[in-house]
Amino acid sequence: MEAYSEKVMEHFRNPRNVGEIENPDGIGKVGNPVCGDIMELYIKVKDNVITDAKFKTFGCGAAIATSSMVTELVKGKTVDEAMKVSNRAVAEALGGLPPIKMHCSVLAEEALKKALDDYQRRTVKKLSGKAA
Amino acid sequence: MKRIYLDYAATTPVDVRVVKAMLPHFTEIYGNPSSLHAFGQEAKHVVEESRHTVASFIGAKPEEIIFTSGGTESNNFTIGGIAHARSDKGNHIITSRIEHHAILEPCHFLEKEGFQVTYLPVDKYGLVDPGDVRKAINAKTILISIMHANNEIGTIQPIAEIGSIARENGVYFHTDAVQTFGHLPVDVDELNLDLLSASGHKLYGPKGVGIIYARKGIRMSPFMQGGGQEKGRRASTHNVPGIVGLGKAVDLAKEEMGQEIEHLTVLRDRLIQGILNAIEYSSLNGHPTKRLPNNVNVSIAYVEGESMLLNLDMEGIACSTGSACSSASLEPSHVLTAIGLPHELAHGSLRFSLGRPTTSDDINYVLSVLPGIVGKLRAMSPLYKKEVKYGSVQ
Repeated sequence: MEAYSEKVMEHFRNPRNVGEIENPDGIGKVGNPVCGDIMELYIKVKDNVITDAKFKTFGCGAAIATSSMVTELVKGKTVDEAMKVSNRAVAEALGGLPPIKMHCSVLAEEALKKALDDYQRRTVKKLSGKAA
Repeated sequence: MKRIYLDYAATTPVDVRVVKAMLPHFTEIYGNPSSLHAFGQEAKHVVEESRHTVASFIGAKPEEIIFTSGGTESNNFTIGGIAHARSDKGNHIITSRIEHHAILEPCHFLEKEGFQVTYLPVDKYGLVDPGDVRKAINAKTILISIMHANNEIGTIQPIAEIGSIARENGVYFHTDAVQTFGHLPVDVDELNLDLLSASGHKLYGPKGVGIIYARKGIRMSPFMQGGGQEKGRRASTHNVPGIVGLGKAVDLAKEEMGQEIEHLTVLRDRLIQGILNAIEYSSLNGHPTKRLPNNVNVSIAYVEGESMLLNLDMEGIACSTGSACSSASLEPSHVLTAIGLPHELAHGSLRFSLGRPTTSDDINYVLSVLPGIVGKLRAMSPLYKKEVKYGSVQ
């Protein structure tokens, strides 16, 4: 099997932002136990800027490293900027992934998009709640 | 850092005594065994000596041993060679769902050629029911191939019983003995075998050499055609150093196997019990006693196998996993799914395979490191707390 890059191993060894956020502003849950990878991504947003991101992941080395990297990449970004973070960007930031593991980066992107969607949905709900 | 190899089922180091026996056959006795001159005849002599050693080790005759390039070739050769030589008699093959890919893939290939293959199920321990074999036999059955012991979960099959059913029905019976040859007693008559595959590098011999035992009188289509070696069944210049190495490895196994079985069984059971005691929601895969003396295969719920494997590797421990994430297909192990494991437990499997050099300290080290790794990964796992909270474990 193709070995992981140094950067992947570094994030696997010391994953950043592991855990959950209490009262998050957005949650993205993707994957299922059958396929072998499950990611949960939590974000905290203030003034349209992502102030915190945390994750919980069941999966292989690449799944854990991409989860860790995506949380690092989006912290400090505006919601719009974060929307543009692609799976390629995550993989590149990790110094590349073995081809067979690219789907892990896709999962990370999907988790992020879901968390951002969730945030926007909640925001709309809050706003419409206020309006009513 | 301490380095502990517990992946002997993948391959073994070559015993230094084997290397020593092989060395002169690279530089001094380098003739081609097919040559008539003295250089050739010297080489032929050592090849035949090795054939003799291997044959007597399994209760066979020397002319019943074919040298190959390894376990995969032996299995491919047998399945294809028998199917094609006997296609006038029938087109049906019986095997199991938990065979090595070196059996399953040639079977899939034959299906495309119009052969019919029955893949027998196994029970939760990975055992084939001999009654199922009997039921699966029909007038067109030409070969039954059931592995001696499974490479992933270590389950040892009732080979003698299946062999006698095959014999009653006049069907050839083959076993893939790659995991047992040199590790458990194998006698082709006691096991009612017609054909057997084995490999050199699983018993402290070199890679690139293996054998087929084919009972006298069995016709097989040739695997390689050329210079007529191995009675025309397997052409190619003999791998003389490899064949000598295999012979030496068999000599050593003959002497050391009994002691090794005792030694490894104790360590195996200590590792199994140690893991099951120390780690909540862990379970043994395979049969508790009908099991290779060196095989430990466990599923650890809520964590994924490759993550555990990488963490163990960072602590110097080498093992393997049946997780999809470490296979090229992204499918979990076909063996673990065949014994009925749900996908999530197949993903969380680890195989430790012990070997001659494994010590009690090695086992202690694994037991001191693994619970911490599992704890760290479970803390990161979104499955862990939920399952435990809702009490729907296992």
